[in-house]
Amino acid sequence: MLSKRIIPCLDVKDGQVVKGVKFKQHEVVGDIIELAKLYSEHGADELVFYEISASVEKRLLDLNWVRDIARNIDIPFCVAGGIKSVEDAAKVLEQGADKISINSPAIARPELIKELHDEFGKQCVVVGVDSFYDEQTGEYLVYQFTGDPNAASQTRYKTQEWISKVQALGAGEIVLNCMNQDGVRKGYDIKQLKEMRALCDIPLIASGGAGKVEDFSEVFTDANVDGALAASVFHKQVIQIPTLKQYLANNKVATRLCS
Amino acid sequence: MIAIINTGCANINSVRFAFERLGVTPEIISNPEQLKGFDRAILPGVGHANVAMKRLVDQGWKEAIAQYEKPLMGICLGMQLLCDYSEEGQINGLGMINGPVTQLRTGDLTSPHMGWNTIQIVGQHPLTRNIDLNDQVYFVHSFAHAVNETTLAQCIYGQPFSAIVAKDNYAGMQFHPEKSAKVGAKLLNNFMQWQV
Repeated sequence: MLSKRIIPCLDVKDGQVVKGVKFKQHEVVGDIIELAKLYSEHGADELVFYEISASVEKRLLDLNWVRDIARNIDIPFCVAGGIKSVEDAAKVLEQGADKISINSPAIARPELIKELHDEFGKQCVVVGVDSFYDEQTGEYLVYQFTGDPNAASQTRYKTQEWISKVQALGAGEIVLNCMNQDGVRKGYDIKQLKEMRALCDIPLIASGGAGKVEDFSEVFTDANVDGALAASVFHKQVIQIPTLKQYLANNKVATRLCS
Repeated sequence: MIAIINTGCANINSVRFAFERLGVTPEIISNPEQLKGFDRAILPGVGHANVAMKRLVDQGWKEAIAQYEKPLMGICLGMQLLCDYSEEGQINGLGMINGPVTQLRTGDLTSPHMGWNTIQIVGQHPLTRNIDLNDQVYFVHSFAHAVNETTLAQCIYGQPFSAIVAKDNYAGMQFHPEKSAKVGAKLLNNFMQWQV
C-alpha cells in the first residue's frame, strides 16, 4: 500500500535553515546538510527546501547547496526558490533534485507550469499554494511573495480556482500551505484541505499547523491528503519522526517504518 | 568498473551519487563504443518514452546494449525502455525484457503513482537478496510493465505491476533505488554483486 508521506520542510536563508512564525521573524535553526541527513536517517519520506528570499529578491536560489544535498541524502527532495523558467528548473534538476516547486512565478506567468510539464514531465512539477482564509468574506485567497512580510500580497485568485487551473496546466503535485495555521502548531486546516482534496486528482500535500502526532493522523484520515509537511515541530524536536511513524502505524495510517 | 549510460536525460547525478555513497565510482559514458569495456552498466531515465527511445536509437545505443553480455540494469524509464513495447508514445522498446509497458490503471487513486510502496518478491534472484516483506521503495511513474515470467518483485497500485524484472543479463527496477534509503542501497549492492 502507498504510504502517506511525512515531509520536513527546511526554509533556507543565507545557507542556513531558518524558521519563522506565520512566515515572519526568521530565526536560525541549523546547518542545511546536517539537518537534511538527520531527518532522512530518522525516516522522513521526502524533504522540501525553500530558499525563502529568492523569489522576493527576484533571483534563482543558490545551486551549491542543492548539489551537496543530493550527494548526502538517499531520499527524494524538492527544491523551491525563484525558479521562473525552464532554464532555471534544468539547473536545479541537474544538481540532483527530484522535483522543483514553484509558487509566485507561477502566479505571475501560469504558462510556466505547462512549460515545465512539457520539458521535464509531470512528476517533477510541484506547485506551492499559499492560501489565506479571509474571515470577513469566508473566502480562501491565494497570496504571493509570502517569504517576506513586506512583499506578501493578495493575488487575483481564489484558492479553489487556482488549484483547478494549475492542475489543468500540468502540475504533478500541490502543496497547500494554509497561512492562518502556519507556525502556530494548532493542527492542520482540515476543513480547507478536505474542500481542496475534492478538487485535486494529483497528490495533495498539507502544510501549516502541525503541532502534535494526532494532527498528522487527523489530516491523513479526515482530509485524505497524500503527504503532510511540517517544519517547526521537527526543528524544535517537539515531534521525533520515528515516534510519529509508529503512532501513525498504530492508528492504521499506511506509513513507512524504518528499522 | 560500472558505467552510467548518459543519453542526455536528467537524473544522472542522483544515480552517480548513490553509487558513490556505496564506495563505488561509476563512470558516465556518452559513447556506445565505450560500453563493452565495463563490467556492469546502468541505464537511467526520466521523461517521455518517445524522446528517450529516439535518443537511444539515434546515438547508437540500441546495438551496443543488445550486444552487451554483462549485467545491465534500467531504472524507472530506463527499465521500461528495455521492454518489448511502450504504450507511452506507442513505440517499440529494446526488447531485452519480455512484455509490454502500459498505462497504470489507478482507478480512484491519485496519479502519478508517487511515493513509498511495499514490494513483494515473487522470484528468487541475486537482485532480491535480503529484501524483506515490509521493505518499501520510492516510485514515481504512470506507466508500468505487466507482471509476467520476468517479474522478480511486484507492487500493487490500482493493479499489480512489475517492480523488479530480470532476464539473462538484463534487469530493471521501476522505482528509484538511488532514492530509496537503506532498502535502495541494499538493492544497488545486490546489483554490484550479481554475476551473470
